[in-house]
Amino acid sequence: MKKFLLVGNPNVGKSALFCRLTGINVITSNYPGTTVEFTKGYLILEGEKIELIDVPGTYTLEPTTPAEEVAVRMLKEGDTVINVVDATNLERNLNLTLQLIKRKVPMVVVLNMWDDTKHKGITINVEKLEKTLGVPVVPTCAVTGEGIKELYDRLASAKAGTVECEESERWGKIGEIVSEVQTLSHRHHTFWERLGDISIKPATGIPIALITAFLSFKIIRFIGEGLIGFVFEPVFEKLWAPLMMKLSSLLGSGFLKEILIGKLIEGKIDFVESMGLLTTGIFVPIAMVLPYVFSFYLVLSFLEDSGYLPRLGVLVDTFMHKIGLHGLAIIPMMLGLGCNVPGALATRVLETKRERFIAATLMAIAVPCMAQIAMIVGLIGKYGAHALALVFGTLFIVWVILGVFQNWLIKGDSPEIFVEIPPYRLPYFGALFKKVWMRIKWFIQDAVPFVMLGVLIVNIFYSLGVINFLGKIFAPFITGILGLPYEAVAALIIGFLRKDVAVGMLAPLGLTMKQLVIASVVLTMYFPCIATFTVLAKELGVRGMVKATLIMIVATFLVGAVMNLIL
Amino acid sequence: MPELDLTQLKVGETGKVVEIMGGIGLIKKLAVMGVTIGTDVKKISAQFMGGPVTIQVGNTQLTIGFGMAKKIIVEQEK
Repeated sequence: MKKFLLVGNPNVGKSALFCRLTGINVITSNYPGTTVEFTKGYLILEGEKIELIDVPGTYTLEPTTPAEEVAVRMLKEGDTVINVVDATNLERNLNLTLQLIKRKVPMVVVLNMWDDTKHKGITINVEKLEKTLGVPVVPTCAVTGEGIKELYDRLASAKAGTVECEESERWGKIGEIVSEVQTLSHRHHTFWERLGDISIKPATGIPIALITAFLSFKIIRFIGEGLIGFVFEPVFEKLWAPLMMKLSSLLGSGFLKEILIGKLIEGKIDFVESMGLLTTGIFVPIAMVLPYVFSFYLVLSFLEDSGYLPRLGVLVDTFMHKIGLHGLAIIPMMLGLGCNVPGALATRVLETKRERFIAATLMAIAVPCMAQIAMIVGLIGKYGAHALALVFGTLFIVWVILGVFQNWLIKGDSPEIFVEIPPYRLPYFGALFKKVWMRIKWFIQDAVPFVMLGVLIVNIFYSLGVINFLGKIFAPFITGILGLPYEAVAALIIGFLRKDVAVGMLAPLGLTMKQLVIASVVLTMYFPCIATFTVLAKELGVRGMVKATLIMIVATFLVGAVMNLIL
Repeated sequence: MPELDLTQLKVGETGKVVEIMGGIGLIKKLAVMGVTIGTDVKKISAQFMGGPVTIQVGNTQLTIGFGMAKKIIVEQEK
């Protein structure tokens, strides 16, 4: 099968174009962490099925980050390159175009964000550019779908470019091309540009950041709690519970009932404590976690699409240097709040191994994922805001201290921030909801089976007496140091699989608030879930993973012990 | 016209790049973003306490660390 590659600078709309091109008659497979890995899809061109690959953005073919390395490696496999260019930034984008032309692969240049050129007072002579470069040039607006048909029609006529220049003359050549094909007219600043400027100046940007954080938090809680209280809980309590009670009496008291329904608490199903596949196994991921996952991703996706995150990164840059990172490292941290897996992958936006190690360990240790946060809120929210503040405040302090400590301990410096600040864009809601839906789908497909597996293993372990056995072995640590009952070992074991189930397993133990707070912090820190572990091991290598694990274990026991002493 | 580095240029002012006092790595990194000798850059913001500097080059906004900004010498324009 022929391979077509979408190649271009970061943030020029490659992925939007990818959706447009493969949207008809396609299967798109999505690898986790779309920004740093490639995504594949298919399109039919003149009756032939063609693989289209969305390559991570790169400014140059001389890569400086692992994400850019992926892009350059992918290039060798492509039969045709669709070079996506930001039409409002022709000069800078042509640098990559000329490097691509030098490789003599058949290509088409797409002038994306064509609609923006009008507001920005830019006129580009497309025919002239086409003649100069020697490849087809098609203006498009991927978000609205304008120009996609023309692009599709001209893909078959992709050819190797004719413009030639030496490495050293490239910028001169670009200047020459741009002055020939582009004219600029004067225009006024738009509202979005003004907003862009004030949100990156510290005096106005810091208040804006605080307001944004506060609003995001409020919206996530409002939607999450609303969905749980008004939709999911009523549905489960009024419809699912009676159904399960019938099934329970039908099954009697056999092994099957234990597995499917679990224990009845005071003659009734308790969706958190029963621990059956069809009760807890479904209720936890769907009714407790999913609403928060949805509301979190809705807000995160909005922030991502608007262009705000890099600005936030710039504002916190000075602080992030204290923990050995630079401002952009907030992106893996924010993604990690959704799920640590994409968070770990997103550390690839950082330039050095040192930064990636620090960012990955900080995230894995001190950033709880939304599934776990939702369960913690569900479990200890009833003690009020100060209990939650204790958990998340402790984790934040751990995050800072561990960062400062690693920055001091690990040799070397972290590089300075160097990032393009995208213009603000009002998110296109079709694309936004599609993104949220993809993330939700990923959660349902990948997380729910693990939750079920976790619940199943809990049942098997209990009936085999494994929990009791291990609990007694580890009692000196768990009871002696952390002050938790030895049964909490069950939650620690299941935490390897899924942290949300693990937090739920604390419910029947009758813990005090102090114990719940400690257990929540310990469950977050001690070890990542299996999905995160797999990705981390790949990203950090075996030695890195061993080091990270040691840091995790030591930090967990220190923090747990200190909390047990002072709370 | 006075010559300043980018950290000394005031927010809102424009300067023409006259020298980049860095290694080939920095020069290349900046070139890729459109910052070369002779280009006009406008300073958009500067963070507190030696934080990064944001500049505008053509239609691109770029944030660079304080250390890098110190190495970019511009001729202030009115």
